[in-house]
Amino acid sequence: MRILGIIVVILTGALLIYAMGDFPSWANPVSPAHNHVSPRYIEKSMEETSVPNIVTAVLADYRGYDTMFETTVIFGAGVVCFFLLRIPRKDEPTVRRYRHTLTGMTIRVKETRKIPPVLEEFERIDTLWAPHDLIIKTACRILVPFLQLFGLYVIAHGHHSPGGGFQGGVILGASMILLAISHDLRTAIGRMSERVHAILCPVGVFIYAGTGALCLLLGFNFLDYGALAGILHVDPVTARSHGILIVEIGVGLAVMATMIWIYNNISSKGRYDEGL
Amino acid sequence: MIWQLDIAILTLVVVAAVGAITIKDLLGSAILFGAYSFMMCLLWSIMGAVDVAFTEASVGAGVSTVFFVAAVFRTTRRTKD
Amino acid sequence: MSDLISSIVDNYNYLIYVTLMMIGLYAMIAKKNLVKKIVGMNIFQTAIILFYVSIGAKKDATIPIIQHGHGQGAHEITSSVIEAVEYINPLPHVLMLTAIVVSVATLGVALALAIKIYNQYETLEEDEILAQIREK
Repeated sequence: MRILGIIVVILTGALLIYAMGDFPSWANPVSPAHNHVSPRYIEKSMEETSVPNIVTAVLADYRGYDTMFETTVIFGAGVVCFFLLRIPRKDEPTVRRYRHTLTGMTIRVKETRKIPPVLEEFERIDTLWAPHDLIIKTACRILVPFLQLFGLYVIAHGHHSPGGGFQGGVILGASMILLAISHDLRTAIGRMSERVHAILCPVGVFIYAGTGALCLLLGFNFLDYGALAGILHVDPVTARSHGILIVEIGVGLAVMATMIWIYNNISSKGRYDEGL
Repeated sequence: MIWQLDIAILTLVVVAAVGAITIKDLLGSAILFGAYSFMMCLLWSIMGAVDVAFTEASVGAGVSTVFFVAAVFRTTRRTKD
Repeated sequence: MSDLISSIVDNYNYLIYVTLMMIGLYAMIAKKNLVKKIVGMNIFQTAIILFYVSIGAKKDATIPIIQHGHGQGAHEITSSVIEAVEYINPLPHVLMLTAIVVSVATLGVALALAIKIYNQYETLEEDEILAQIREK
């Protein structure tokens, strides 16, 4: 298999290098990739959508179909991970282990009916428990709100600076993953439960498709944001800018929920007990 | 495009890629993959693709590396190959 | 001969991109561990994204955000002329943003499948898994 791999790689590499002999030299301003479609986007995007960031304008307005289906793909990936790995609740083991935080003694309880749900001095552990460091816990707990604020800034300021829906959504999801890594997985699920992030994911897709359907209901084309000018009482150019902001919020919600969902399922093998 | 910086980062990218698939420890492979993603992000910001570099920095060098480390933790860490 | 040397010096970027793609392809074909194959798949994907983004680069051009001062409205900006030659081509960037997000979704699904396989067969090496399947 190794020799076959080397032969295939050398053949494909030689074919690609031979095909690259015809390319224009690197970073040439008059290569054919720059001459046909993109000059229109660069020159006209400011006066048609009033969004200075050309990449955000093209992604959410001129090529809005692709972005909508990409959001659906990312939602589908979260659903697939859930279906592959999650163990149903009735199959979970009924033995619980608790640890007294002051003395380090562990107790093992078999019946689950007689235990009150929250105990002050006892923390619930797993067979793979390892002690969590106090410095890391405190530093990450202080850092998480600033991460979320930055994520919201990246989503909202995507019109004027690099950023937009995807980047802000990933940063928001990473803030919850940081909480799950530094503390327990149970702490993170206590903050944002399974039901909340499983509902937020399709809500994000629904906001995107719903904006398009709203434009359709008002008599324009699907995903033509100029239709929102009647609802928002602005001129059509500013309405396109606001429409881009609404769909970016939808994309950010969907991406955030999917990142948290996939991390929860992978790091605990579906059992949602201890995590990393 | 400063060509000295360009060659240095491209060399580092190739070294990180070769290291990520050759090393026999899967956790080291995940960390080297994170370094490879970060070098790619630097390359793209040199070329002026700031949106793509932002996305790769948050997705590749952030969340993707965490997924790899979580999966390696839940399966096995040694490999014969 | 000097023609070949000058063409290599002009296009050395493309040669390194092809090298990266071939490293990823070799890892997917020849490695036996499943996680190494997944790493190879991601190396392949990011190398292709690098190739596309480098097509959009232009000499002496700035990033694709229209230059404007702080607090300027849309009217002052559209009155000045925007030249297409001073901005980098934004179209490959748009397509590659989609590609990066799809690659992380694929990575999540691939790792979930690897964990399921490990639950069933207790190993991640391809030849041991095939031997176990043949025994049954």
